[in-house]
Amino acid sequence: MTDLPAKTDRKLGLVIDLDTCVGCHACVVACKGWNTENYGTALSDTDAYGAAPEGTFLNRVHTYEVTPPQGAPVVVHFPKSCLHCEDAPCVTVCPTGASYKRAEDGIVLVNEEDCIGCGLCAWACPYGAREMDAVAGVMKKCTLCVDRIYNENLAPEDREPACVRTCPAGARHFGDLGDPDSAVSRLVADRGGIDLMPEQGTKPVNKYLPPRRRDHLTAPPENLAALCEPSTQGLGGFLGWLDRTLEKL
Amino acid sequence: MHPAPSLIAFSVLSGLGLGLLAMLGLGLIVPTGWAAFLWFGLGYALTLCGLGASALHLRHPERALKAFTQWRTSWLSREAVLALAALLLIAPHAAGSVFLARPMPALGLVAALMALLTVLATAMIYAQLRTVPRWHHWSVPVLFLLAAFAGGLLLIGSTTLAPLALALLAVALLAHWMIGDQRFAGAGHTGETATGLGPLGQVRQLEPPHTGTNYLLREMAHVVARRHAIKLRVLALVCAAVLPMLLLVLTPVGQPVSPPVWALAVALHVLGMLAARWLFFAEAEHVMGLYYGRH
Repeated sequence: MTDLPAKTDRKLGLVIDLDTCVGCHACVVACKGWNTENYGTALSDTDAYGAAPEGTFLNRVHTYEVTPPQGAPVVVHFPKSCLHCEDAPCVTVCPTGASYKRAEDGIVLVNEEDCIGCGLCAWACPYGAREMDAVAGVMKKCTLCVDRIYNENLAPEDREPACVRTCPAGARHFGDLGDPDSAVSRLVADRGGIDLMPEQGTKPVNKYLPPRRRDHLTAPPENLAALCEPSTQGLGGFLGWLDRTLEKL
Repeated sequence: MHPAPSLIAFSVLSGLGLGLLAMLGLGLIVPTGWAAFLWFGLGYALTLCGLGASALHLRHPERALKAFTQWRTSWLSREAVLALAALLLIAPHAAGSVFLARPMPALGLVAALMALLTVLATAMIYAQLRTVPRWHHWSVPVLFLLAAFAGGLLLIGSTTLAPLALALLAVALLAHWMIGDQRFAGAGHTGETATGLGPLGQVRQLEPPHTGTNYLLREMAHVVARRHAIKLRVLALVCAAVLPMLLLVLTPVGQPVSPPVWALAVALHVLGMLAARWLFFAEAEHVMGLYYGRH
């Protein structure tokens, strides 16, 4: 049934560090790669090599410019995927029971065999986390790589979502946000993790760590030119020896 | 929101059909024999055409039976269950009227209630969505129910109740537009709350996540040609409510509406309702658009 579980044993989810994300889109590619050949139907592309290529993605990286009241604007890369909400409106609207939230770990999934492709769950999601696949005609969404995290055929270090595993900047973290002592929960507490659009009342499990305050120069450096001048001063090792020897000649 | 023709046709036709079946169930007219066959046939035809159109919206209509299972939480499932209940319950009343000249008023009453509840369920599919502030308001179920009442009364050619219902429909349309225009700003969703970056400053989209379009933008960030919205609102209001009301009011008291006038009034009403429903979708802004710097 599309009733939400009263409580889930665990709250598996992601913590995304907006301070660290460099906007490389590796998570987008890793997600598409894993999820197009594993759980559920493939994530299709249409007109892939034509004039108007399009595709289904479970994770997308937006880029924003944030202008503070004082100081220079800051660029923030912003990966966005399903937040596996505690009060997931996408689940309760489903007429067929295809959408469900797991009581054991809180992951929100779609049973594609039951999906009629009405699209109402995508309308109910405030975050744009669900996309109807253009070819398969069923709703696709982040599975939190449910087929990786419990997969004993994989090496232990690979039993985390593909996006987390691949992130070269270490901006994505996976864990149990229902356990206050887990690494991800402590990270959220330390860094003041936030919910997206909390006024929608969805109680997202995934948290975002806001960018740290940028420090700024109070006074310009005394000799700016010296900082820019290439210098061999203090150079060690073979190159330093070579430099000093050649200097003496 | 994307104004899908299948959804517009569905909600207008089935709203009209269920409105007519509700009036027949309530016994506002009590036809028998061939007349009953035509009246109930029209009600069934409109409703079934609407439901057929809605099936076109599904990518997997062959699994549609599963949509009858989740009535505990889903308004879409409730709509399916209620529509089936209304159509089944009115059948004995219709058969009695057509073949035996013996209507079943009690069953008709229950079926009428089911028909109106179906319309309510349709409206609640939209009104339940917090993600579309324009729809998330009590004026939406009121508007859908009044449209069904007005359409049903207009179809049975009532010269007393139909003008009243059409006048209320006009008020409801105006209220829906006027309240709706304030809803998004009133709900307090901004690019700053969507990204959680508000405490740092003002948020502007620098780069979208993809160069082309996608399902999300097509489905939920439909940008209506707003300069035509006012013209369409006037067209919808005048055709759906004002002109049919005037045509009925101009009919001399105590006389039935002449068939050409009736046909004209119904045609105008349907045209106006199609425009109103197009606007209902096209003008609705989804909060997801905030991530793309629009709404």
